[in-house]
Amino acid sequence: MPELEMSLDGVPLPARPGQSVGAALAAAGVASWRTTRDGRPRGLFCGIGICFDCLITADGVPNQRACLTPVHEGMVLETGEGERDGN
Amino acid sequence: METEAASAGVFDVAVVGAGPAGLAAAVHAGDCGLSVVLIDAGQQPGGQFWRHRDEKVHGAGTQRPGGAKRISGAGGIPGYAGPAEAAAAAEGAGHHDWKTFAGLRSRLYAHEAAGRVSYLRGTQLWLVEPPASDGTRVLQLSPVLDAPASGSADEAAVAPAPASVRADRLVLCAGGYDRQLPAPGWDLPGVMAAGGVQALLKGSGAVPGGTGVVGGTGPFLLPVAAGLAGAGVKVAAVCEANSPTGWLRNLRGAVRAPEKVPEGVEYAAVLARHRIPYRIRSAVTEIHGTDRVEAATISRLAPDGSVVPGSGRRVPCDFVALGWGFTPLLELVLAVGAATSLDVDGSLVAVVDNRLNSSVPGVSVAGESTGIGGAAMAVVEGELAALCAGDALGTGSPELDLRIARLQRERARLHAFAVAMHKANPVPARWTEWLTPETIVCRCEEASYGDLCAAHRDLGADDARSLKSYARPGMGWCQGRVCGFATASIAAVLAGRGPTAEDLAAMSKRTLAAPVSLGRLAALADAGGAATHGAAAEGP
Repeated sequence: MPELEMSLDGVPLPARPGQSVGAALAAAGVASWRTTRDGRPRGLFCGIGICFDCLITADGVPNQRACLTPVHEGMVLETGEGERDGN
Repeated sequence: METEAASAGVFDVAVVGAGPAGLAAAVHAGDCGLSVVLIDAGQQPGGQFWRHRDEKVHGAGTQRPGGAKRISGAGGIPGYAGPAEAAAAAEGAGHHDWKTFAGLRSRLYAHEAAGRVSYLRGTQLWLVEPPASDGTRVLQLSPVLDAPASGSADEAAVAPAPASVRADRLVLCAGGYDRQLPAPGWDLPGVMAAGGVQALLKGSGAVPGGTGVVGGTGPFLLPVAAGLAGAGVKVAAVCEANSPTGWLRNLRGAVRAPEKVPEGVEYAAVLARHRIPYRIRSAVTEIHGTDRVEAATISRLAPDGSVVPGSGRRVPCDFVALGWGFTPLLELVLAVGAATSLDVDGSLVAVVDNRLNSSVPGVSVAGESTGIGGAAMAVVEGELAALCAGDALGTGSPELDLRIARLQRERARLHAFAVAMHKANPVPARWTEWLTPETIVCRCEEASYGDLCAAHRDLGADDARSLKSYARPGMGWCQGRVCGFATASIAAVLAGRGPTAEDLAAMSKRTLAAPVSLGRLAALADAGGAATHGAAAEGP
């Protein structure tokens, strides 16, 4: 299947059409993309939209659940640090 | 997406959730001639059990409303784009009872095309307003994704869901999710819910690592391990806290569901073929690593559920999948004020009669929220709830009564099996003994077991509600969905008593059923809505 390309903090990240952002990150070996207030790294946990651990900034919109967000060509992903406020 | 019912303003039935129960409820309510709105967080039907690849990319094996079969030219992979039957077989690979799903899905799409069911994808229900004088309720909705994927070819094909809908009856089919017990290191990246690992596989064809340990209890661990092995992952161990021979003691329940036996045998064969160690009476009691999982400690459990001292063995792995049964999503049930009780598996569940009516008039509940019972039982309950709703709204007939009676008998049979499985797969009675003071209990607020113990010791907190007030477990983004069961259990242990429905309810009530923007709340307040006195606005 033809891959599409996104970016994570400016670094190219491949994905396949129909994947979630979280799946694309996992497939690329990225285990975490956020740190908690206490500085602990976090990535996917529940994988189905329940836990909000996998929040990521996607196309400039903060606090998106990576496990639910579908990928698309040219998607810009940014890792986050600290507070997740601002919903 | 405008239907006759929608333009008239009031749907006969609002079904919440498009998993096994909700899908069956919506289809059968549509069959009864009722006007239906189906509200689901997913972008496509199936819920967690029938989660599958993106239909827009891989095809749905069936005709979608609006004409062409939606296999995109760019995305079709060899083997998926063949004849419809081959495509359907490939789409359902690894799924149990895929035929049931495919049948319900094509009926749903037919109802949708005919305007009988208004199907709101990617939509969450965040507030149920109190019933109006005519008994109808307004449901406040919001999109699950704040940022719809731009550049998606068929973005235009999906009309935005309305901000609210009004319905005469509610059928709540919210489903469930993996129940979790904290362990030291379970907040490390690479530790996932077993269902989350399954979702990665089924939904995206991805795996979380190269070597995994699967742990917890219950038959669900087997398909997860089998799926991983099939995807080329090394499964270092499956840790089952109980002994699978336990269900033999409840043979009566098991033999009443003989269709479940070959399923188990099939998974056992897969485990044997991949030489996956299946360790009974053992648990993942610690997870090691700095920035991500590097190893897991597997310990033996004594018959009383305590960890056998010195039995811990460290197994290298780069991910861990944990599942301790399932927790029903109950916030909407609690939000409308329906009665709940403690089920045999320790879950808080909705109290329903044999027509699946909750204690609140006009609200019925189907699927996991009435007690964790699996997909087959959820499908039966979805149909039962829909037919009883139809009966209540005047579509009754002698044939309908017969069908309802048959469904009630089928539900009783499947319930007996579920009870047997729950009794065979309890959470280890002394699981809190593997916690350390530093172990995170609430992942969102990073409240530790030590914090909870201090709230009990220093501040006298002896139930879940006061632990939550003093130590903040359940106060973060997920609102206690993940740590609710654990916090309720810890409260009971600290207070030296058994768990209660009150502890679980305190961790399950949510001010809003889903996080929403301040803008939506403000809009509701401006409209004189129910933000401050609505059914869901009960404080935690």
